[in-house]
Amino acid sequence: MRDRRLLLLAALVACGVGAHFAAGLNPYYYDVLVGVGINLILAASLNLVNGHTGQFSLGHAGFMAVGAYASAWLTLRAGGGSTLVFVLALLAGGAAAGLAGLAVGLPSLRLRGDYLAIVTLGFNEIIRGVIGNCEALGAQRGLGGMLRHTDLFWTFTGAILTVYVVTSLVGSTYGRGFLAVRDDEIAAEAVGIGTTKYKVLAFVVAAFFAGIAGGLYAHFKQYINPEGFNFFRSMDIVVMVILGGMGSTAGVCVAAALLTVLPEGLRWVSHLASLPAWLQHVAENRMILYSLLLIVLMLTRPQGLFGPRTARAHDRP
Amino acid sequence: MEIQIPNSEIPNPEPLLQLDRVSIHFDGLIAVNEVDLALAEGSLTGLIGPNGAGKTTVFNLITGVYQPTSGTLSFTGTSLVGVPPNRIVALGLARTFQNIRLFGSLTVADNVRTACNLRLRHGLAHALLRGPAFAAEERAVAARVAELLDLFGLSAVCDQPARSLPYGDQRLLEIVRALATRPRLLLLDEPAAGMNPAEKQALIALIRQIHTQFSLTILLVEHSMKVVMGLCQRIAVLDHGVKIAEGTPAEIQNDPRVIEAYLGENHQQSLTHH
Ligand SMILES: Nc1ncnc2c1ncn2[C@@H]1O[C@H](COP(=O)(O)OP(=O)(O)O)[C@@H](O)[C@H]1O
Ligand SMILES: [Mg+2]
Repeated sequence: MRDRRLLLLAALVACGVGAHFAAGLNPYYYDVLVGVGINLILAASLNLVNGHTGQFSLGHAGFMAVGAYASAWLTLRAGGGSTLVFVLALLAGGAAAGLAGLAVGLPSLRLRGDYLAIVTLGFNEIIRGVIGNCEALGAQRGLGGMLRHTDLFWTFTGAILTVYVVTSLVGSTYGRGFLAVRDDEIAAEAVGIGTTKYKVLAFVVAAFFAGIAGGLYAHFKQYINPEGFNFFRSMDIVVMVILGGMGSTAGVCVAAALLTVLPEGLRWVSHLASLPAWLQHVAENRMILYSLLLIVLMLTRPQGLFGPRTARAHDRP
Repeated sequence: MEIQIPNSEIPNPEPLLQLDRVSIHFDGLIAVNEVDLALAEGSLTGLIGPNGAGKTTVFNLITGVYQPTSGTLSFTGTSLVGVPPNRIVALGLARTFQNIRLFGSLTVADNVRTACNLRLRHGLAHALLRGPAFAAEERAVAARVAELLDLFGLSAVCDQPARSLPYGDQRLLEIVRALATRPRLLLLDEPAAGMNPAEKQALIALIRQIHTQFSLTILLVEHSMKVVMGLCQRIAVLDHGVKIAEGTPAEIQNDPRVIEAYLGENHQQSLTHH
């Protein structure tokens, strides 16, 4: 039990040291690495909902948007802000996203299965619409001028904390409740587990970390607009979770890293003049590639790259 | 094991579980019709009846999966109507399922561990902070899980996914999991279904053992007359949702209504086949 906390400490120290030495890295590689860290947070947190708890949320980018805009608005108000203000704004952005998660989750998680996908997808679009019409948040023009607070240290601190929270929860007797809900809701209730409570909890924790990821993103790009948090952004994260194996944190982290680096590689490939035009086109369009990747994966390894097989149980008790 | 309800010498006047004229309708079908049932603390009662008689539905009503159309249910004097299933378990009422419902992807040990969740004193914050009190409770849970699995001879397979177990062991694991919630009343829905005669014999012995060792009150749904007659002090008989008889095994065996209900079913060639 104690060694988990030591492991966390060691990871954070390693993150600090690593970030220190990475400071001189080629800016392009540095940016890709920050992107990897942000996607790790997004994928590991969504995995708690879609993987461990067996729900299907399609709106993770919506929660990311809440955290991005809330934290950006706060640091802008503070005139750019110190590092402390940035960290507090990140946490506030996470809290705002968590609250949004509660507001969306409480009514919809009482419903069965597939409604959640539709409700979260709708939420994603509504958030985008609201922000796009809100002058205080720059509407469609977007919001800019944030200081570049986000660096590798904060990004990977966020990623490490996300992985720590998710694995610590799921690894405890308390957190077996998430897995029980995934395997069989009726049986879970029959051993005293409040299935709605666990679903909502998973949803709120995941939304909180999506909000943190949003805040990191906003203070990294220094410019955000509603389009950056659209349905395709949500799909990117869902694909990482599915590819990583729904519930395997290690697998999902690997998938998140792979799928962040992959488009960069593809960008390079698409500029190779020797390639036929249609292949260049495929390489340019990552959604086509993701779809192909998913189809191949579902045919060969339906449990994901690393995940164990899960089956759904029958419904009448 | 520390379940501490002493089997009192003087019979408790108030039943542990009481059903009073309980009915449930499913679009016109009356699955359970004005059923009365009272279980004395410490009793081992059988609930029998032909296929489709409404036995599992009675379990679903007691455990809060279904709400009665009319009638009342109470456990230790508190009404169960409107109480969600997971809260009913917390009151001390656990069950197994006729069509086994384990957490298939979890290990055998984790299936039992999950059922210890309910009595935890250290929740979310402790799972993250992982202090000494949390660690001690996790160790206590692990010890209890090991002890229960040992009692049921499942220690050797504790790290296997539950769905990989043979059928008979899955049935046993469901009983272990129910016990891990620390129930006072245990509802077993056809625990011997699909077992061979040797397994059935062992199961009868095991049910007797846990009945005394955990000071349980047990309500047992069973198709196999042999199991019911061998185990139960009292038997209630359902047919088409109606309780047609109740009494000692000897009384039930000679009750003409019971014989007719079973003969009628035999005639339709549907007895005990699944
Ligand atoms: N959820 C439900 N919806 C409709 N009918 C049901 C439902 N649950 C049980 N029934 C019906 O109630 C009757 C009793 O079923 P059940 O309690 O499973 O019988 P038993 O366990 O005695 O074999 C059956 O006719 C069954 O089809
Ligand atoms: Mg039945």
